Formats: sequence, C-alpha cells, structure tokens
Amino acid sequence: MKELRLMKGNEAFAEACIRAGADGYFGYPITPQSEVMEYLMAQKTHERTGMVTLQAESEIAAINMVYGGAGCGKRVLTSSSSPGISLKQEGISYIAGAELPCLILNVVRGGPGLGTIQPSQSDYFQSTKGGGHGDYKLIVLAPASVQEMADFAGLGFELAFKYRNPVLILSDGAIGQMMEKVMLDVQKPRFTMEEIRKNTPWATIGKTPDREHNIITSLDLESIKMEQHNHELQKKYRAIEENEVRYEKISCEDAEYAFVAYGTSARICQKAIEIARSEGIKVGLLRPITLFPFPKKVIKEMTSKVKGILCVEMSAGQMIEDVQLAVEGRVPVEHFGRYGGIVHSPSEIVEALKKQIIGG
Amino acid sequence: MAEFKTNPEILQPENVVYKRTELLTPKDLSYCPGCGHGTAHRIIMEVIEEMGIQSETIAVAPVGCSVLAYEFMNVDIQQASHGRAPAVATAIKRLFPEKFVFTYQGDGDLAAIGTAETIHACNRGENMTIFFINNGIYGMTGGQMAPTTLPGMKSSTSPYGRDVATMGNPLKMTELVATLPGTLYVTRQAVHTPSAVRKAKRAVRKAFENQKLNKGLSFVEIVSNCNSGWKMTPRQSNEWMVDNMFPFYPIGDIKVNDDK
Repeated sequence: MKELRLMKGNEAFAEACIRAGADGYFGYPITPQSEVMEYLMAQKTHERTGMVTLQAESEIAAINMVYGGAGCGKRVLTSSSSPGISLKQEGISYIAGAELPCLILNVVRGGPGLGTIQPSQSDYFQSTKGGGHGDYKLIVLAPASVQEMADFAGLGFELAFKYRNPVLILSDGAIGQMMEKVMLDVQKPRFTMEEIRKNTPWATIGKTPDREHNIITSLDLESIKMEQHNHELQKKYRAIEENEVRYEKISCEDAEYAFVAYGTSARICQKAIEIARSEGIKVGLLRPITLFPFPKKVIKEMTSKVKGILCVEMSAGQMIEDVQLAVEGRVPVEHFGRYGGIVHSPSEIVEALKKQIIGG
Repeated sequence: MAEFKTNPEILQPENVVYKRTELLTPKDLSYCPGCGHGTAHRIIMEVIEEMGIQSETIAVAPVGCSVLAYEFMNVDIQQASHGRAPAVATAIKRLFPEKFVFTYQGDGDLAAIGTAETIHACNRGENMTIFFINNGIYGMTGGQMAPTTLPGMKSSTSPYGRDVATMGNPLKMTELVATLPGTLYVTRQAVHTPSAVRKAKRAVRKAFENQKLNKGLSFVEIVSNCNSGWKMTPRQSNEWMVDNMFPFYPIGDIKVNDDK
C-alpha cells in the first residue's frame, strides 16, 4: 500500500526502486549518494523482493554489471556521484549503443576533478550532450524534491523499457541529502520469466529451439550497418523529443520575466519569486523536468510574453545554451550561477534578476 | 587442379564419425587459419551440447580477436566492453543463479585492462566459469605487447623484445587467481595436439559441472598460439609455444576441487 514517510532523497530513491520492482542494484560508494546502497543493504532486498544488491569493485564494474543485467531484460540500476559517473561513461555509451533499458542516478557534486562533496549542477553537459563517446542520448530526469526522487524511479524504469534506452536521474547533493515527506507507491512485482520472454524478446535468458540466439552488442564492423543503426537511434531520440517533454510552470500567467532552472536551483527560484513579487516584480519560473528531451517549445512560446530570461544554475552556465537555442535571440537570456558546491541564496537571485535582466 | 570426388559411401549417416557441433553457427570463423581460438570455441560448444544446457547457458564475449565470438557461439550471448566481461557475467549469474554463465576472454582483455574485474569476480567466488585464451599478444589490434608477452619476446610495441626492466614482467594471472579463496578450480590447458584438446575438453566439462556445486569460480586458461602475431607458420608457432610458452606457463591443474 501507499505509505507516507519522512526520508532523505537518496533513501526515498532506493525505497522507490525496490517498490518499482527492481531486480538488481550495482554500485560503489561515493559521497553524497552512498545512502542509496546503504539503504538497500539494510533492507535485505534479496529477502524482501528477491532484488540483488551488490557492491562492485569500482564504478566501472558496477555500470558493466548493469549492462549484463539489462541485457537479460531485468530492471537494473546503479547510482553514483559526479566523479563516479565520469568513470561510468564508457559503459553508458555501450548501454545506449546496445539499446538496453536501465536507470542511473547521479547525485551531482561540485567539480572538476575530485571537486567537492557539496551539491552542484555542473554535470548538465555530460548528462544531456552525451558524456561518453558516439552519437547517443540519455533520457534525463531532474528531480526537485524528495518526492520526485521517489517518483522518478518508477517513471525512469517505465521510460527505459518503453524506449530501450538508459534513463539518467540528474539529482544533486542537496536533493539527495535533504529530508522531506514522501508518499511511496505500492510494491510492484518484479518481472516474471514469462513477462521477460514476452516483453523483451531480445534478452539473453538462454536460447530456446523456437528462436535464433540473442546477441547483445554495440559492435558492427560493417559501417553501412552501423550508419543504419545510428539512423534508428536518432529516430528514437526524435520520438522521445516528441512524446516525453516534461516541465513545470510556476507563476507564469502574468510574468514579465522568467527564471529557467531545474532541481535545487528551481526550488530556490520559487523563494526568489516570492521576494521579487513582494517588491512588485512579476517573475515566473519554467522548471524543466526532462533535460533531455529539453522543453524547447514552451520556452520559445514564453518569449512572446516575457521581456527577459534568467537561467539560474549551480554551474558556470550549461543549460543556458539550450535555453538560448530555444529563445533564438528573441529576448535577452542571461546566466546567474554559483558553483563549486555553493548554492544560491534567494535574495542574490532577485538581485541578479534586477541587475542582469530588468536593469539591463 | 585435379578433380576431387567424394566417395558417396562416406556421406552415409551410418558412416559419420565426427561432425561440427550444432552449437557453432554455420558462419566462417574470423580467426586466422592455424589459430587456437577455433578449437577452443569448438570444445566449449561441444561440452554445452553434450551436457544439454544450450537453453540454460548465457555467455559473455570480450574485446579482442574473440570479440566476434557471439557470431559463432550459438548460445545467448552478450559482448562486454574491454576487460569487463567478468562484471557483466557477475550480474547475469546473480540475476539467474540457475543458469550456466561463462566469459571467454583473451590475455589483453583479462590480464591488463580487466585485471580488477577478473580478480574481484574470482575473489567473490562468483559461481561461473572464465575461459582465458593466452597467446601472449594483442592479436586483434595487430600484435602489440600483452601483459603475458614473454621476456625478450618481440611484438609491435616491443620490437626489440620485451625488456622487463622498462616494460615490466609478464603476469601469471592463473597462478594469481588460484591463491584466492573464491576460486574452486583453476587449470591451464592447451589445444595444440589431439591429446591436449581431449584434456582441455575434460577441463571445460569440469568447469561447467562445477557451476552445479555453487562453490565458487572455475578458471580455465588455454595457452594458445598466434601465428599471425608471432609472424610464424601455424606449425612453427605451435612448436615455439611448446618450447617457449609452456616453460613459463606450465600446463596442468593448479587448484582442483574434489566434486565427488
């Protein structure tokens, strides 16, 4: 049954994965997301639902375990934070190339390098523009609350299997660590052997006489076939752009200015809107929920109503490039970032709006 | 060329004494003529056929010469990224503990880039089988030095011979994993003579049967030739292997479980 709990974002995600019927988690400890595996281990997932939880020898091994499990048609996932996600990129590219469904959580910390353990949004490019080698896209979901950390587990698996594509949940150290109330979904059963056979006929579960052997690979040495495979992938990504754009509009009805922000920044922008509106500044927020596909259309439409857009990111300016592409120069677009593990204060966002957009 | 006619008698079913296993696909092997990979593929597939476990087997192919093993091995199979086959196989086995799971890897894949995955899968005692084809060279990329290249042995990246002072020593991965508590059965075999093939096949069979015991990982190294990479004829390469590889990589069981 549904259950209301007070939980950390990382724990809510872990619990939601169990309830979404996950078959396997493979991970490696890294701050600020180690609670995911700690929670799963404490839950004795194998006893509870039959779910495998395994601590791998490295992030590289973990993502390749995900490849193996996903190739068997199972619901599998991994989680990590920025430096660990960098290590996983080769494996993610293989998973995208072989078209396998899986869930990857990145609880982003400040970089570059070992950086810091504090929250950041500096992995936007890595998440939405590829990250690994080759032309591929991940479906990227950006939670802005503990509730969404939980909700996106189930949604992520659903989209991953719908499109045979890896889904990345791009969270950050604040969302992962903070505690909020969360409504947890009912327990879903894990896939049965029959369901795997029926729903994922490509899965390697043992060759039976009624079919050819199944092969999971991202390799084709014949370039003409590889080009065709790439055409198919691009077609899939266009379908995802067509069908899966998700966003939230807050206080946009009468807005003369707009913030565009996701995740933690979007939460802070909501407070900034309160402050600004108390001073008579009509500002709203467009919060992309999917970063790929990016809500280009709705941002473009906004330009007929607002005089300027401020992108608020915990980065040196990454998402702003997608906003600029959507706006196509119709209105001024500015970036206001804090980074290296620093989170904006609402009042400095209001000041930036005044200085960079209204006064500008 | 003289016309060659097959005596129709030979083609009668009652006269068949040997045929290609159905578990090898009809595709032509991509390996160089004279290479040991073909024989290694054959004995593994024959054992799976003899045990009747085709529908219960999931294999993992590596990166290297045998990257295309999935074209030839007629079982459900995944092709892993370079060196990560033991990690891929770990997940498959954990999710399907009742299935037979094996990896097939070369020396570059298993003993260089995949060292961590190999050691940790062995040390966790994953209840699966690793087949390790050791020919002392990177074949697929054109004959570069491998972790197993012998001291003094020439390759395209050790053109004057492997100088251990600057290039390091060859790694005896099989002896190394035999020291780990998670391995149940560790053996080194070869496939250069009929008797060696028979012994290797017995080792392959034991390695698969061990998966029923659920007591740890079985690791079967097959020392093989690379006539192209070594720049020899197939026959020369096998002789060179006996004279040079076998003294450094001695054939035989290293760790044996008594499953009786």
